Amino acid sequence: MWAAIVRFYHRMASPRHFYHLSGKMIPWFTWAFFLILIPGLYLSFAAPADYQQGESYRIIYIHVPAAWQSMFIYIIMAVCGGISLIWRIKLADVMLISSASIGAAFTFLALLTGSLWGKPMWGTWWVWDARLTSELILLFLYLGIIALHAAIDDKRVAARAVAVLALVGVVNIPIIHYSVEWWNTLHQGATIKITQTTEQKAINKEMLIPLLLMAVAFKFYYASVVLMKARCEVLLRERSTQWVKELVHKA
Amino acid sequence: MSTQALAFKTLLKRDLTLAFRHRAELANPLLFFIIVVSLFPLAISPESKVLQEIAPGVIWVAALLASMLSLDNLFRGDFDDGTLEQLVLSGHSLSLLVLAKVLAHWLLTGLPLLLLSPLLGVFLFMPTPAIQTLFITLALGTPILSLVGAIGVALTVGLQRGGVLLALLVLPLYIPVLIFAANAVDNSAAGFDVSGQIYFLAALLSLALTLSPMATAASLRISLS
Repeated sequence: MWAAIVRFYHRMASPRHFYHLSGKMIPWFTWAFFLILIPGLYLSFAAPADYQQGESYRIIYIHVPAAWQSMFIYIIMAVCGGISLIWRIKLADVMLISSASIGAAFTFLALLTGSLWGKPMWGTWWVWDARLTSELILLFLYLGIIALHAAIDDKRVAARAVAVLALVGVVNIPIIHYSVEWWNTLHQGATIKITQTTEQKAINKEMLIPLLLMAVAFKFYYASVVLMKARCEVLLRERSTQWVKELVHKA
Repeated sequence: MSTQALAFKTLLKRDLTLAFRHRAELANPLLFFIIVVSLFPLAISPESKVLQEIAPGVIWVAALLASMLSLDNLFRGDFDDGTLEQLVLSGHSLSLLVLAKVLAHWLLTGLPLLLLSPLLGVFLFMPTPAIQTLFITLALGTPILSLVGAIGVALTVGLQRGGVLLALLVLPLYIPVLIFAANAVDNSAAGFDVSGQIYFLAALLSLALTLSPMATAASLRISLS
């Protein structure tokens, strides 16, 4: 069993093998995305209206999964950065940089939907609240990574530089998060907690299910898009190798 | 004395000597700091009440920018003339050498800024306890700025136009320091206890002191490859 995992891991490290395998995986992820998205969206609209916020709370089904996704992708990038620096696996570099722009897009989406939600609820597009601010800083961290990668011409050096930056960022994210939290808070507290006492009003189950469905759908979306981007990046990096040339000739 | 300690001391001495040979450049970050702070009364209002309120933030943001701008030539000269490669090849712990360089940088830019800050506090009509807190937060905070900034500088040292990129990489990482420091000064002006914020800054300093030289050393190796 263990040997099989190690073998899989080593084969995944080969760009050529990755290219073929990811080509087969993308349709699966895309189908999974749509198959989960459709019931997720349906249930989002079928869920009962909020007793305080009425219908306009429904943006939560985009906003919260996007915000989760923005943090999730950053952690993936940091893990890829660690793998890239320790084992020098080229594919980890590819995944890191392919994830950066998607992560930035989700962060932006979370900020945008939050702002749209904030206007009817708080009466303002933007407040300097803890979570909004830390999400904004997260966007800056993403943009920093993209800018650094763009600035270094040798892409192999760029990938390692970006890996260090992602790791430095991941150490900082909790610090930034808690410092900002302490600084100012208006945002409603986290609704979904792993540990719940009975006094805490948790989210209604009919609202929770579509939220989780949407979150899973977003994960599949990310998986399929990041693989598409990674495939392009792999072809670009390996353009001088035999297998890429053969592939181009066949096409 | 062990060879590592000797290397640390030699490099520190070398950097300080080099800086004192270019005395005119030494004053630049300090002048920048003073000018930026004095722009605010002109731009916002010379009224003591307004200035008192914005003073902690203004002084801290100015200190942050001054520290960041002066960081740009932390490794630049050594990179251009090949000294940096010799340091990497020297066989001493690169993290330790990096720490010596950062310490030299802080002694040359952070320390003068720290010593000048009470004067600027008086300029902006800050009450005495707030000035004391400002001094303590700057004493704890400016080394963090130098240490964290060094990572960004190490990543961008090989680039032709690293300046603006450096700001983009480093400024988001400075935010926690800014929050705690400015908050502490604000609170002490209002007469509250600020030991929590001070302890937090001290914790950040020890974290930066232990982790950032390693990240800087790794980044330097990448930039030189």
